[in-house]
Amino acid sequence: MKAAGTGKSPGGRAKKASAAPDVRFVQGNEACVQGALYAGLNFFAGYPITPSTEIAEHLAELLPRKDGVFIQMEDEIGSMCAVCGAALAGAKAMTATSGPGFSLKQEAIGYACMAEIPCVIVNVQRGGPSTGLPTKVAQGDVMQTRWGTHGDHSIVVLTASSVQDIFEITVEGFNISEIYRTPVVLLFDEVVGHMRERLIVPPQGELSVVDRLYTEVKAGVNYHPYLPREDGRLPVSDFGGVHRYNVTGLFHDIFGFPTENPDQVNKLIHHLVDKIENRAHLLARWKEYHLEDAEHIIISYGASARSARHLVEGRRSKGDRIGLLDLQTLWPFPAQLIREKTAHAKNVFVVEMNMGQITTQVKQAVVTPNRVFLVNRMDGMLVTPTDIGTVMRTVEGRGF
Amino acid sequence: MALKNYIRERFFPHIWCPGCGHGIVLNALLHTADTLGLERSSLCMVSGIGCSARISGYVDFHSMHTMHGRALACATGLKLARPSLNVFVPMGDGDATAIGGNHFIHACRRNIDLTAIVLNNRIYGMTGGQFSPLSGRGIVATTAPYKNIDEPFDIVNLALGAGATFVARTTAFHVREIASLLKQAVQHKGISVLEVLVQCPTYFGRKNKEGGAVEMMELYRDHTAPLGSAKLAENPSLIPRGVFRSEERPEYCEEYAKVIARAKE
Amino acid sequence: MERYRVLMSGSGGQGVITMAIILAEAACIYEGRTAIQSQSYGPEARGGATRSDVIISDGPIFFPKVLQPNCLVALTNEASAKYLPLIRPGGICLYDSDLVQLDMRVDARGQGLPMHRAVLEEFGKVQVFNICVLGALAGLTGAVSLQSLELALKSRFAPAQFEGNRKALLLGAMLAAPLAGASLY
Repeated sequence: MKAAGTGKSPGGRAKKASAAPDVRFVQGNEACVQGALYAGLNFFAGYPITPSTEIAEHLAELLPRKDGVFIQMEDEIGSMCAVCGAALAGAKAMTATSGPGFSLKQEAIGYACMAEIPCVIVNVQRGGPSTGLPTKVAQGDVMQTRWGTHGDHSIVVLTASSVQDIFEITVEGFNISEIYRTPVVLLFDEVVGHMRERLIVPPQGELSVVDRLYTEVKAGVNYHPYLPREDGRLPVSDFGGVHRYNVTGLFHDIFGFPTENPDQVNKLIHHLVDKIENRAHLLARWKEYHLEDAEHIIISYGASARSARHLVEGRRSKGDRIGLLDLQTLWPFPAQLIREKTAHAKNVFVVEMNMGQITTQVKQAVVTPNRVFLVNRMDGMLVTPTDIGTVMRTVEGRGF
Repeated sequence: MALKNYIRERFFPHIWCPGCGHGIVLNALLHTADTLGLERSSLCMVSGIGCSARISGYVDFHSMHTMHGRALACATGLKLARPSLNVFVPMGDGDATAIGGNHFIHACRRNIDLTAIVLNNRIYGMTGGQFSPLSGRGIVATTAPYKNIDEPFDIVNLALGAGATFVARTTAFHVREIASLLKQAVQHKGISVLEVLVQCPTYFGRKNKEGGAVEMMELYRDHTAPLGSAKLAENPSLIPRGVFRSEERPEYCEEYAKVIARAKE
Repeated sequence: MERYRVLMSGSGGQGVITMAIILAEAACIYEGRTAIQSQSYGPEARGGATRSDVIISDGPIFFPKVLQPNCLVALTNEASAKYLPLIRPGGICLYDSDLVQLDMRVDARGQGLPMHRAVLEEFGKVQVFNICVLGALAGLTGAVSLQSLELALKSRFAPAQFEGNRKALLLGAMLAAPLAGASLY
């Protein structure tokens, strides 16, 4: 198989380790748990919901063994709030849910954006809106991850299309949440969350893990919790440490104290958005297959990308010039990447299980938006290679 | 330590109206911390939204000003992640029992070691005088111009029913009692719920013909009585004050430590 | 390169999903092949139709679901009625000859074995029925070896349960022995 490239990943592989490989046969949800623990997770608050419950179940078993905290809260709102509280006390904290619960968490996700609290939220998507299709697959929450909470803000959303990728992107998610002090959403779906396949857990140390950046300001010296360093990072002091400061969801000054001063408000909102949007190129993660000479490019993500890959590999073997861009960063949207990769494509097909949430973004990014076509499926079933082929046949006027 | 070391002086004057009872509770809180000699970096305050929630900005504790109703849920995560912290959670009546009602009963049920203070002024003050679950029938509010028809909660009974292990009530008139009850609440292992009736002359007193701050505090003096007192026995329609429950039960963080021990067996 | 697309079906509580996981795990972990297991399910934990898909291959697998099984396992009439029409021409359908009355109108080979009855006679209870089916499936198709399945069982079950499961596996394989090596095509 040729031309399997991987998007650059500053996290990267730090060093080669030589221990016997830890090979497992697990669900995507369990790979997420393993990735989170690898990244140093030590606090989880959750509430049962299909199809993400396995994450809570595994962590209820595994976290106490590592002196970590597992708590099942009274609701999804409380879970997200507890995550915020724990993160301020120094924990690497996570919650996991699906659509209906994700809706409830939005308030506290906004709080985490505003107060710059590092944390990870997993959403294993099912069919919606409302209670929707609890046990069936969909990818309808893409826009909700971006704009679910109110007000202008920015957020990082990552996804994955295999059990191994879920592990690695979960580690990345924690790292990004620490570096940028932002909530990171891991947006999976029922198919990759529930299917089992091979997972190789790398030895600790092989994937880099970013720890919290603490302030070097000594006790008794003024510490400004919300004054970013020159590189944009915000060194923290834990609740319980020597620095006592205020954290609020209101616009605040460098002390964390509420302010309505227009200058300070303006500065903060720009900081919150720019710290992520201006680094979209650094945050882009993707996998690409056969793009170099592709006339037809499929853009997909999550479980849908597996169907796309199936089709692409089959048709490549028959000589068709077709390639796949499997997105792992959905937000900030990697518009630059997409513009570059599709520069010479005749047609772009976006395969997703919603009514075109990423398709509209792709149309805005490419040079010829009228050559971007949506392939979707909305009935709770995984979009198939045949579904993709049918749309391609319509567009091209021939079978492939 | 000097009392003022427990506050962030540069953030004063505070935002509360003249005559508001919230400052009295803050004052009692500072005295409690001082009397007990609590170390500031071991103190944490988590609040929600509303007039009461602004207390957290004024104390020189680790302070987390969160979302409307969510203070107890945030505090639960914080406390579990760092059980050595002494966590205070001031809440308004709407904050604690309307939008935050679910978190309130579950924090009581879990018996996690937090000190919850409900500043009950029977009105939404910060938004301008709407009725709350504590207003009760017959009260006039901006959202009940023809008199409120909602039955009120009783915070003490709510906390008792939900399983809180320390439950007490007092009023803004009884300044020393607030400090004494707060002291017991802080020293209690497990959830402590202290209801303090506080006057809101601006939105409650004015609209309901209870007068200004002084008249409202006189009502607290005249319409309440200590538990077990002759005054209360003579007139059971008075609002009882004092400690309604103080009992030992397994505390959540300590129980969780046992979960860790079992998991490692 | 032979690719097994196995659709296992029955009712909730029969152990269909466990059976599928063990089959796929045996191929993936103990034979170093590519395997994917997935399942579709409804709100019921017991009763209702359960389905689990397993794909085993020597090459990569992208699309994780089985649309046209070349090997169908049906443990209830409801399951066989629902999934038999999906079977690939020339495929094989393993069913329990007491639990299922197969209405074989498709171009595939139906293979009924009295697995449920045999387990009941041997063990006096039906808990290990699914493992017996797994043994029969392995014997019938050679999708994975019995040794790999045994290793998968060993890693999954406590020593006390393992022996019973191993016996059930061998019982299934024995039932299938007269028909062993049946090709999928």
